[in-house]
Amino acid sequence: MSNTTALSGVSAFLENPKANLGKLSKSLLVPLIGLLAFLFIWEIGAKSIHTSLGAFPGPMAVYEQSVNLIKDHNREREKEVAFYKRQEERNAKKLAKSPDAKIKVRPYTGKPTFFDQIGTSLITVLAGFVLASLIAIPAGIMIGLNQTLYSAFNPLIQLFKPVSPLAWLPLVTMVVSAVYVSKDPMFAKSFITSLITVSLCCLWPTLLNTAVGVSGISKDLQNVSQVLRLSWLAHVTKIVLPSSIPMIFTGLRLSLGIAWMVLIAAEMLAQNPGLGKFVWDEFQNGSSSSLGRIMVAVLVIGLIGFLLDRVMLLIQKKVSWDKTAVLR
Amino acid sequence: MTQPPKHLELTKVDIDFPTPTGPFKALKNVNLTINKGEFVSLIGHSGCGKSTVLNIVAGLYQATKGGCLLDGKEVNEPGPERAVVFQNHSLLPWLTAYENVELAVKQVFGKQKSKAEVKEWIEHNLSLVHMDHAMHKRPDEISGGMKQRVGIARALAMEPTVLLMDEPFGALDALTRAHLQDSLMEIQKDLNNTVIMITHDVDEAVLLSDRIVMMTNGPAATVGEILDIDLPRPRDRIALADDPKYNHYRHEVLTFLYEKQRKPDENSTAKTEEKNVAQDLQEDKADSEDQAA
Repeated sequence: MSNTTALSGVSAFLENPKANLGKLSKSLLVPLIGLLAFLFIWEIGAKSIHTSLGAFPGPMAVYEQSVNLIKDHNREREKEVAFYKRQEERNAKKLAKSPDAKIKVRPYTGKPTFFDQIGTSLITVLAGFVLASLIAIPAGIMIGLNQTLYSAFNPLIQLFKPVSPLAWLPLVTMVVSAVYVSKDPMFAKSFITSLITVSLCCLWPTLLNTAVGVSGISKDLQNVSQVLRLSWLAHVTKIVLPSSIPMIFTGLRLSLGIAWMVLIAAEMLAQNPGLGKFVWDEFQNGSSSSLGRIMVAVLVIGLIGFLLDRVMLLIQKKVSWDKTAVLR
Repeated sequence: MTQPPKHLELTKVDIDFPTPTGPFKALKNVNLTINKGEFVSLIGHSGCGKSTVLNIVAGLYQATKGGCLLDGKEVNEPGPERAVVFQNHSLLPWLTAYENVELAVKQVFGKQKSKAEVKEWIEHNLSLVHMDHAMHKRPDEISGGMKQRVGIARALAMEPTVLLMDEPFGALDALTRAHLQDSLMEIQKDLNNTVIMITHDVDEAVLLSDRIVMMTNGPAATVGEILDIDLPRPRDRIALADDPKYNHYRHEVLTFLYEKQRKPDENSTAKTEEKNVAQDLQEDKADSEDQAA
């Protein structure tokens, strides 16, 4: 959001420089000063912290490491391309010798780079979030529409809501390895474990907010639905869902935030591929560049969390009928 | 004159609402017969159960005792043949005026009318209430009076046997209200619906109604008096302002509301006055007896 306000500030400034000077300084200058102050304190503070892996990484070290991580990624991609090229050439030769020769195509098994891990984490978090939402929204609607169901489920929700992902993880891991047995699995076990852990933890805000939103539908709209004799399905799709959209989205945004935090922790603990594993691996690696790389990961995790929330906000603005509501 | 067939009939209606301290009797022994095409107003102080009567006819509430018959059939659930215009319009805020009416039309006529007919019917009803210019605006983009117009259009579009209006113009300013009252009279003249309207406004009641049903104060409210308004239609508010008959009807209603049925919190003073009146009457009687002797 700060980006867009900054941009709009710039264009407004060009139109009317004098009047908008104050506005511009507020929208652009103040956040910039804040950022610079933070970098300065970080640089100074980092120098005075000494760890067994050297000084704590300051902004410069982090920048260097992020460049290194990009280089690593590019090098890995080149290796991969070269690998497949060699493999193709080898296979072509074999075929040239005897057309009946058995050809094996092996996948490249290089170490996943930082960017591969980001991709894995993003896919996992979205899958977990979507699964949780697919369960939580319909369940929330059912619970919200029926006072008896609400009374029955509310204690359970309150009980499971505060449970940490790390407590679920061992159970989920064991259950997945026991139940998810297949010779040709569509998804890796680690993916399923992370996904279920994420879903279990991020289910609750959406469930509760949906239930509260649904049960808070105005009596007048319910009367309208009754006078029109809307069927149950029409009542839910035409009245209940639209009027609880704002609350559902509040829940979804909370859920997505939780999902992202939970995922990193789960990946770290379970050694499932993703950003969490990257952080853990760097920690175990213990080279002089490790702390810098972890710091890069921390910033990227923060940035992605922020972007995910912004995306949800954009969707909310698109879907919500109440355009006058202030969304932030 | 032959007895007109009973169109809408409330018979010995009692309703109790459960409260933590035991049932609360809101209505007791409400009897009311309404003829087809009649415009009936319910008037009374707040909390006297006007809305409860309307909700029983709408089917949103169930009478504890007695019941409501519409054309010989018992009313026990809501339905589009008893369309309601709610006090605060109750439009779905995420739909445009057109879509709000469309929801009702599709629900009621979705199987009988073709797509083109549905569209035409929606537009016809919106133009009845003079909303054709803003039919694709959402409720938050139009004024309170316009919202109420759309609410009326939605109710009319269901082609109700009985149109129920719960203080339809209560939240509007006086000018808008007058305007909508005129529109309502026009529409009612054309469609000849049976209308039951709740109101607080004495002028509105006299201007619009064929009969005014005055309700006593709750709890255990009931029909106090029924006043027939014998004024020729079409009625013109300006001409009526000087009409002695009109003013007489106003006076009747005002007398009922402010002398016979004071507000509940004024009950204590009302009771002492009643005593005084009773004493006066007794003295009068004594006087006349003296004279006779």
